[in-house]
Formats: sequence, structure tokens, C-alpha cells
Amino acid sequence: MSKTQNRKTARPIAAMVFRLPFMIDCEEFEAFIVDYLEENLSKHQRVKFDLHLKLCRKCRDYLQSYKATMELTKAQTDIPFSKMGMGDVPEDLIKAVLAARK
Amino acid sequence: MDYQDVDRKAEGLAAMGMTLTSDEVSHLVSTHSDWMLGAAFRILRDRAHAEDAVQVAFTKIWSKYGEFEGRSALQTWMHRVVVNEALMTLRKIKRRNEHSIDDLLPVFDKSGCRVELEDNTPATPEVLLSRRQTNDYVRDAIMTLPDRYRIVLCLRDIEGFSTIETSEALELSEANVKVRLHRARAALKTLLEPHIKGQKL
Repeated sequence: MSKTQNRKTARPIAAMVFRLPFMIDCEEFEAFIVDYLEENLSKHQRVKFDLHLKLCRKCRDYLQSYKATMELTKAQTDIPFSKMGMGDVPEDLIKAVLAARK
Repeated sequence: MDYQDVDRKAEGLAAMGMTLTSDEVSHLVSTHSDWMLGAAFRILRDRAHAEDAVQVAFTKIWSKYGEFEGRSALQTWMHRVVVNEALMTLRKIKRRNEHSIDDLLPVFDKSGCRVELEDNTPATPEVLLSRRQTNDYVRDAIMTLPDRYRIVLCLRDIEGFSTIETSEALELSEANVKVRLHRARAALKTLLEPHIKGQKL
């Protein structure tokens, strides 16, 4: 089954709710995510973001997966070359670096 | 003497304008080259180029050691040097064909509602990280992203650069850094979705 065929159909009630005052739709929510995670949203934006988050299960699930992805990415930070499955640091490189010091 | 001892001594000597003995230099190189090569490889996706970047980075570290003066942690300083060198190398080498990530980005219907795949039940990162070969899978997924998104993701989410530092290093506006970062995370999320859902890889 293709990705498109597997998607859920539109949600007319949710769409109506998201058009109410002080509400944002999922697309606007999406645009706020980076600033939300860095705590850079204004008070007004934060209220709208939190309200949408409370009402939209899809965006809650999305944000949770997004955060899980970030955690998995951050876990790459401490992985040295020797743990990347391509062998150790070549001796030639270490010798060349030391030779350049002399 | 462990590498933290060597680092502390190197920081102290630099602050006093003194230099390391050849044994200490050997120790410094052998203990730091592994993570430095890892950082360079993440940016360059190419072993030979990464090795070249590390070699040039060490040359710069030796030549600028007198300017280091122990004001920051030695490893932090060395990290910036090797990442900057890898970025310079990346600018010089011919880029690979960059493909679109549009198919990996979120989709919204005409009303602005999120259209997502069924059965989107996230697992916690702690559970995911305990799974075998998760790190290899994540690294491979990151490596498939086009450079324009991958490098921003590497600098921000792996190498610990701030938005401002990333915008300066890549000569992009802060707004552009944020857009690329978000798209990179969103695309990566789609690539990791089977894993996040707990399916067997």
C-alpha cells in the first residue's frame, strides 16, 4: 500500500475547531515547533501552541515522535569513528599528525 | 595518565605559554583523533576526506596552540577546529547530487489539518536506544539526507552548535537555519518512523 493510500482522510470537525479564535491549525503548529522546543515563542504564540497540542492527538503524536527523533540524533554525539563499523583510526593518520608537529 | 589528565595539563601549559612533551603530544593525538575523525566523518560522509580534515585540523591546533591560552576546555576548542575544518573541506569538494526530501515532510490537507500515517504510536527514546544497532540505523538515515539539511542537523543536534553559531558557520540567516533544521528533523522522523513505531528493522 502506498504512503498516500495509507493516510487518513481529512477531519472536517477538527478543521472547524482550528478556525475558531485563538486556535491555529496543524500547519501553523508545525511552523512553531522549533521555536517551541527552544522556548522562543511569545506568550501569545505559546498559548495557541499549547491549546492546539491539547486538542489535536495527531500533533501530540507527531511532536512525541519528533522529540524521539531528536533524542536519537543527539545520541550520535558521543560516537567515535571506531564505533562506526569502519575500523579504528588508521595508524598512518596518527603518524602524519605527529610528524606535522615536529 | 588518562586523557582528561593530558587535557588538563595541556590547558595549564597553554595558559602558561608552555608546550607539551612529545609523549604527551602522542597521547593527546591518539586519544582525541577517534572522536575528531567521527565528527569529521559525520559532516563529510567520506572517510578519506574526513582523515584529511583531521590532519589539517591538528596542524591548525599545533600552530594555534599558543593562542588557545587555556580559556576554554581543550576538547571544546579542538572540536570547533575540526568541525570548521570539515565544513571548509565540504565547501571544496564536489557535492553529490542533492535529492528532494519533499516526500519525507509532513502533509496537510486543504484545511491545514495534519495528514499522517495510521498506527503512529511513538515509543520512548530510552526504549529505542536500548535496541541493538539503533545508532547505526540512525546514522545511516542521517547520511541519506541532502547536505543542505544534513549539515544543519549535524551542527545543531549532534555537534552542539547554537542557531547563531550554525548561521555564522554556514553563512545562512538564522531563519534559514531554523527552517532547514526543522525539515531535516521532520524528514529524519519519517525515515526513523518504522523504528520509532517499534517495528523490526
